[in-house]
Amino acid sequence: MKKISVAVTGLNAIDSPGPGISVIRAIRQSNLFDVRIIGLAYESLEPGIYMHDLVDKTYQVPLPSAGMEVLLSRLSYINSVDKIDVIIPNFDAELFNYIKLADILKQQLQISTFLPTLQQFEARHKVNLYEYGEEHGIKVPKSKAIFNSQEIVRLHSEFTYPLVVKGKFYDAVIAYSADQATGAFNKIAAKWGLPIIIQQFVQGQEVNVTALGDGKGNLIGAVPMRKQYITDKGKAWSGISIDDEELINITRRLMASSKWKGGLELEIVKTDEEEYYLLEINPRFPAWVYLAVGCGQNHPEALVRMALGEDIKPFNTYDVGKLFIRYAYDMIVDLKEFEKISTLGEL
Amino acid sequence: MKLKKNIALSDTGFVFDPSNGNSFSTNPIGLEIIQLLKQNKTQSEIETKILSTYEVDKNTFEKDYYDFVNMLGKLKLNAADEKD
Repeated sequence: MKKISVAVTGLNAIDSPGPGISVIRAIRQSNLFDVRIIGLAYESLEPGIYMHDLVDKTYQVPLPSAGMEVLLSRLSYINSVDKIDVIIPNFDAELFNYIKLADILKQQLQISTFLPTLQQFEARHKVNLYEYGEEHGIKVPKSKAIFNSQEIVRLHSEFTYPLVVKGKFYDAVIAYSADQATGAFNKIAAKWGLPIIIQQFVQGQEVNVTALGDGKGNLIGAVPMRKQYITDKGKAWSGISIDDEELINITRRLMASSKWKGGLELEIVKTDEEEYYLLEINPRFPAWVYLAVGCGQNHPEALVRMALGEDIKPFNTYDVGKLFIRYAYDMIVDLKEFEKISTLGEL
Repeated sequence: MKLKKNIALSDTGFVFDPSNGNSFSTNPIGLEIIQLLKQNKTQSEIETKILSTYEVDKNTFEKDYYDFVNMLGKLKLNAADEKD
């Protein structure tokens, strides 16, 4: 087996989990690689830092708001003491920096990534999704970006209530009145900044697809899932893989037309009239990506192989009716470990 | 009524619709009727089978059968909800 070292972010396996732990489990399951996992953490209480059976070593990294140069400097240091072959970033908010740094990482540090282009990343942004759907022939509920809560009172000429108030990176609230929309606007804007996206609410069943594109227009793999148990943050606590050919077709069309490079998650609503509306494209693997592994498609392993320059044959099948059921688990951690990551920035 | 082709049915009465992930449990008589529907039996064939097997009169069967089939439709298990 080939020895490689993969750095992964998103170790926050909390109630609104980052995808890191699922991605790590998937890569660890590889029969092709003998993997050393380097965790990249933002906060000292991210559970993955202390999961030593999954993460060999963790380094704290600067928040995305610190900028590219600071990140590059930190990654250069980490790479000098702990060689990294591939980095898989798993947060929307950090992707801009990693995409901008991808060429430098490859040329200066010989670190591979497998990320969408900046143009692909920006085009699918919530703010642009309506136009994106039109361009790629996929229905998207009417959406509008607003910068001021006073714009909400004028929305009734374009939208009908209920509507969805969304943050530019995270959070979404269904509002049934202008008052509720204003409350949601203020709350989400305070947390994630502006703009806020207003989207027409579509009634139906929410389904999600985790997928991987090769950047040449090919769909390498896709597994659709229906959430079965949803937390109060709207996150899937359990879900089941489903057999829905149209979801695969939509994903394949999107990959062909956008030439998406890397992992992504599609959030789609299927109405009672069997219409499919794209709600969001998350530009990285979802936290439930390990379900794809359980269904026979190891997307993170395939991504690592492509990042290392291998050609991959697309997955053609997956198991239907496989469930994932998330669980909470209390780890006991020695204060020394917490102290080490908090003061030295590595563990 | 025609059931969706891909409905999975176990001997314990567990019904799984792979197109949307929904699952249900049914009692033995419900299981028997769904099995007959999966074999594309007509209502009259199902009626004959049930009336000859169980102590039930025709009117009661018809009422319960319509209720049951109506519920299967509401649960989107009928072929009308299936895309070609």
